[in-house]
Amino acid sequence: MQTAVRSSLPETELASRANFTPHARVVREERSASAVGLPLSIRGLRKSFGDNEVLRGIDLHIPAGQFVAIVGKSGCGKSTLLRLIAGLDKIDAGSISFGQEIQPEDIRVMFQEPRLLPWARVLANVEVGLGRDRASGDAHARAEKALIEVGLADKRDQWPSVLSGGQKQRVALGRALVSRPRVLAFDEPLGALDALTRISMQRLLERVWRDQGFTAILVTHDVSEAVALADRVLVIEEGRIAHDVSVNAGRPRQRGSVELAGLEGSILSHLLSADDRT
Amino acid sequence: MSLIDSIPLPRSVRLPRVDGLIQWIVPLAIIAIWQVASVTGFVPTRVLPAPSDVVLAGWKLLLSGELVRNIWVSFWRASIGFLIGGSIGFAFGLANGLSQLSAKLTDTTLQMVRNVPHLALIPLVILWFGIDESAKLFLVALGVFFPIYLNTLHGIRTVDPQLIEMGRIYGMTDGELFRRVIFPGALPSIFVGIRFALGIMWLTLIVAETIAASSGLGYMAMQAREFMLIDVVVLSILIYALLGKLADSASRVLERLTLSWHPAFQKR
Repeated sequence: MQTAVRSSLPETELASRANFTPHARVVREERSASAVGLPLSIRGLRKSFGDNEVLRGIDLHIPAGQFVAIVGKSGCGKSTLLRLIAGLDKIDAGSISFGQEIQPEDIRVMFQEPRLLPWARVLANVEVGLGRDRASGDAHARAEKALIEVGLADKRDQWPSVLSGGQKQRVALGRALVSRPRVLAFDEPLGALDALTRISMQRLLERVWRDQGFTAILVTHDVSEAVALADRVLVIEEGRIAHDVSVNAGRPRQRGSVELAGLEGSILSHLLSADDRT
Repeated sequence: MSLIDSIPLPRSVRLPRVDGLIQWIVPLAIIAIWQVASVTGFVPTRVLPAPSDVVLAGWKLLLSGELVRNIWVSFWRASIGFLIGGSIGFAFGLANGLSQLSAKLTDTTLQMVRNVPHLALIPLVILWFGIDESAKLFLVALGVFFPIYLNTLHGIRTVDPQLIEMGRIYGMTDGELFRRVIFPGALPSIFVGIRFALGIMWLTLIVAETIAASSGLGYMAMQAREFMLIDVVVLSILIYALLGKLADSASRVLERLTLSWHPAFQKR
């Protein structure tokens, strides 16, 4: 019944209802057999672009399955850190290890732009995320399951150009999820969305993270988004981790609760005081 | 367009018929006015024969088989020349778009050659090939080469680098990246090149056939001029117009088929 009603619901409502849909359970069971999130150890990580030293020695351990948010002013190196973790740029010095041998499909990135292929239909775009398994026989079925997870099963045969911004980002999320990644890196994935779509996407992210148990690393400039989603918020200043704040509020989180608002305030004051010093 | 769209008609009646007819109103009106002007003697038939005379001339040539033969010869020259020049241009466009080395090696040379008007080579081409088929094919191929080369190159160079990065992240091999990202991304630009090239194709062929040929539409027109058969001259010109329109329509159909993802080609 729930699934039949879904397509007629507005986007905001959809994601919150999706918490109760039965397929979420199925996914979790399937996943539990194989490994889930990967732990992440970063030691003495440095990166420069020309004379500009962007990261000046990052030491960080992220336990398996943790949801970490990285905040900081623009140009502080947070996106660079994410790109290094995702293997998109070369490391100058230091190391990033996942504790074991990893496959390319184990780590996925989601960007601020959806980066969908405009000439491929929604389902084919999700199939791209399968990596080397694209050619396998169950590619369609797996892509369709990922589309159901992000609540866009009815859009499978559409061109990306007819989707709204939020829907495109959900397709991009489906593409990132379809290979069952063990680390998912988000580079301001909600930055370009309007406020309501944003909140519904945050709920969707939280739900898939809880269902699948991957290690999530979210780069954002929105502190309230960071405290709403993450177990732990890292504040980066001038290429170093300046603050490491745990968020212990229970889930699902109540947006705008006093506890979260207090945390948000203190992180913001860290960020702003750094501003005054410079 | 918007006026027609706003009229609430049943879907089946709406777009195809009305749209199909609208584009022919202006050409038909011109022909009607022309006929009237000729019949009333406003335009002397020495200057421009009446459309009915042109049709009559066409009918006679059709019966003698001369018209079909000449159209076929011209059409064949155009297609073969287009295929040869187009494929070479496409190949160079791909190579130079994908490989820095190839671009460094050949792009400057090609850009220099591009600035020579290809029709300026006619005297040289006649000396090389005489007036047989290869001369015409060479000129058409040369004319078609550059728009296709330039637009293929441009299309490949301007494929969204974010999409290419995405493809790499998702583990696409070079072949896959080309097939799924680069080529489809370059396709709209390649079509622009093809449509430019089709125009140049006819232009080159007309000039080449007018100057040096022993068959084809241009030859037919030149022969008719010798004998003051102005109706045949006008007929040839009209057939060129029709063939040009035909080639353009064919490329539009192809565009519509392959670019159906593109917002500009999506009809509600």
